[in-house]
Amino acid sequence: MASIAVTTARPKRRAKRDWRGWGFVGPFMIVFLGVLVAPVVYAIVLTLFRQQLVGGSGFVGLSNYVTLFQDSKFWESLFRVTLFLLVQVPIMLVLSLVAALALDSLRLHGSGFFRIAIFLPYAVPGVVAALIWGFIYGNQFGLTGSLNKFIGFDLFQPFSSEWILASIGNIVTWEFMGYNMLIFYAALKVVPTELYEAAEIDGAGQFRIISGIKIPALRGSIVIATIFSIIGSFQLFNEPNLLKNLAPNVISSYFTPNMYAYNLSFAGQQFNYSATVAIVMGIITAVIAYIVQLRGSRQEVR
Amino acid sequence: MSSIIKRKALRRVAVVAASALAVGLSLTACASGSTSTSGGSAGSAADLDAALKTGGTITYWSWTPSGEAQVAAFEKAYPNVTVNLVNAGTNKDEYTKLQNAITAGSGAPDVAQVEYYAIPQFALSDSLVDLTGYGFGDLQSQYSAGPWSSVAFGGKIYGLPQDSGPMAMFYNKKVFDQYGLTVPTTYDEYIAAAEKLHAADPTKYITSDTGDAGFATSMIWQAGGNPFTASGTDVSVNLQDTGSKKWADSWNKLVENKLLSTTPGWSDEWYKGLGDGSIATLLTGAWMPGVLESSVAAASGDWRVAPMPTYDGTPVTAENGGGGQVVLKQSKNPALAAAFLRWLNSDPESIKVFLASGGFPSTTAELSSPDFLAQAPDYFGGQKINEVLVDASKNVPTGWQYLPYQVYANSIFGDTVGQAYENNSDLNVGLQTWQKQLVDYGNQQGFTVK
Repeated sequence: MASIAVTTARPKRRAKRDWRGWGFVGPFMIVFLGVLVAPVVYAIVLTLFRQQLVGGSGFVGLSNYVTLFQDSKFWESLFRVTLFLLVQVPIMLVLSLVAALALDSLRLHGSGFFRIAIFLPYAVPGVVAALIWGFIYGNQFGLTGSLNKFIGFDLFQPFSSEWILASIGNIVTWEFMGYNMLIFYAALKVVPTELYEAAEIDGAGQFRIISGIKIPALRGSIVIATIFSIIGSFQLFNEPNLLKNLAPNVISSYFTPNMYAYNLSFAGQQFNYSATVAIVMGIITAVIAYIVQLRGSRQEVR
Repeated sequence: MSSIIKRKALRRVAVVAASALAVGLSLTACASGSTSTSGGSAGSAADLDAALKTGGTITYWSWTPSGEAQVAAFEKAYPNVTVNLVNAGTNKDEYTKLQNAITAGSGAPDVAQVEYYAIPQFALSDSLVDLTGYGFGDLQSQYSAGPWSSVAFGGKIYGLPQDSGPMAMFYNKKVFDQYGLTVPTTYDEYIAAAEKLHAADPTKYITSDTGDAGFATSMIWQAGGNPFTASGTDVSVNLQDTGSKKWADSWNKLVENKLLSTTPGWSDEWYKGLGDGSIATLLTGAWMPGVLESSVAAASGDWRVAPMPTYDGTPVTAENGGGGQVVLKQSKNPALAAAFLRWLNSDPESIKVFLASGGFPSTTAELSSPDFLAQAPDYFGGQKINEVLVDASKNVPTGWQYLPYQVYANSIFGDTVGQAYENNSDLNVGLQTWQKQLVDYGNQQGFTVK
């Protein structure tokens, strides 16, 4: 009798406990499903349909994906941001690293001022930054125009097709260098000073300390900053989209994958195809970010 | 429209699977869609007066400088009506928002400003109220033929014209005098002037053009082209017809020989160029004087207006820009919206406000009024510019059509024809690329494109 009572009581209590747990997790799950999972699922469902200006919407299976893989505009835009990524991200991260190491070296006067000054562009909204640089790049009345006049010929042509990626890279570097510097600087602050003292007693110079202590300590932050920068590059949108007003022919409507998706959707009403671009870019970005993380953390373990 | 809403709503049901709530939503969406449709087709002019008496609240999207003053005057005349004026962005920014609201099935205004080139796109998606039933047909005689045909086609009236933009040549007389240029009347003379000016001072250009779809289509229009025709869902695109080629062949001489300023229109540098004489002429719509006076104050007294250059000396021009207002089918109170629209674009009180803001009218009464013709602004050195501009409005070839997806078409102009500008190469090649992409897009979207 007693044993039966125990066995029936136990599952009852367990079921009750489960229910209570959901009470706590529930609010999170509702928000999580509603704002994170549902939009992605909705976008994926969108990619399986095709809505036309004439004839409404219909199920087309994977046809949008097939079209996308044969779409030279998409590959061109992907190639462009990849090129941008390979050139701009290393330059920006090296500059950020140098700035962080310099600030951390304690050999600078007014390091607080420089820290704020380098970080300040990050506080400027991206749209405003693009507008500011748009004025600077103006080849008649902007700073570029003045420089060209001073030199005597058109050396700088920020809006020509050869220069445009570098011009955008310059804006992005200016904007995000301070942000990455701050990540590195914060990581350096955590390094115990005893390590430096021990290294100095062992006779290590400053460069040996950097290569032996500081860089290894920064490895995790570098991986994080790299991943953020990769995602940022693939999502390039604000800067080219605003500069398009100043260089309408050089910056095409499919200059970056994000611009392509935007114009497909908002100029061409091709919402379904636009969602396909978004999903495929999401997957590509996630895969590349994952590979970088995997490689980065493996080196850290070693 | 209601079927699209239904389909979208059904898909939403499948995705979210919150069945009870979503079914309820889809039912209300369909219900409201069908009532406003029936409300749009029925009705009469008397309904408008009744609606004005009853009053209510409507929303009006516009970016015209006169919008605020017009709404204030309207609310003063009809105290029962409240008009919420919203600036939802300028031209294509507004169309994007409008299109999103239409696709979403809610959120569109009652009345919206739409340029002529974009009206077919919204008409095609069945988003606009046909105003014939409200007696708008009786208003036809008040407007000049070009703008009227841009809002009334296919047997329906989709809106009322507000401004118009017959093209003319604006030129900087100071620059012309300084370099001994005569005012060109043909394109051969225009190109010769371009060469002479640029040779005399390499920083000066006859005009600036980096590739602008609105400008190119108007120039083709002037050259007698008819590249776009649309009848229902049958569309044809021929950007190599006689008119298109005529324009491209002559404009090529400026493009290929780098005789055009590469300063993009409407940029900060462009305004400066118009002020300091480095851009010597503008071929543009009659709404330009207001822009020059307000944004290029530095050049006051320098600019003059002349008729457009032509290919063979016969006076001919085209419309460039300009637009009107439409009533959206989403409107809960289409009668009141239509009543506001009727007042906005035909009441003398409203048109007075519009003219005061520097707009160029589409109403024949104003276009032929002696007061209007006699205006001689100091900005133009006391020239009676409206005589030239009104004369231009009589020389617009009829029969021009825009594509039912012109907003998209213009958005890819830079990708295609723009490349010819960028490389100083043959515009015809760019036009062919543009044509191909427009045909492909049309077919993808369910049109029958030739």
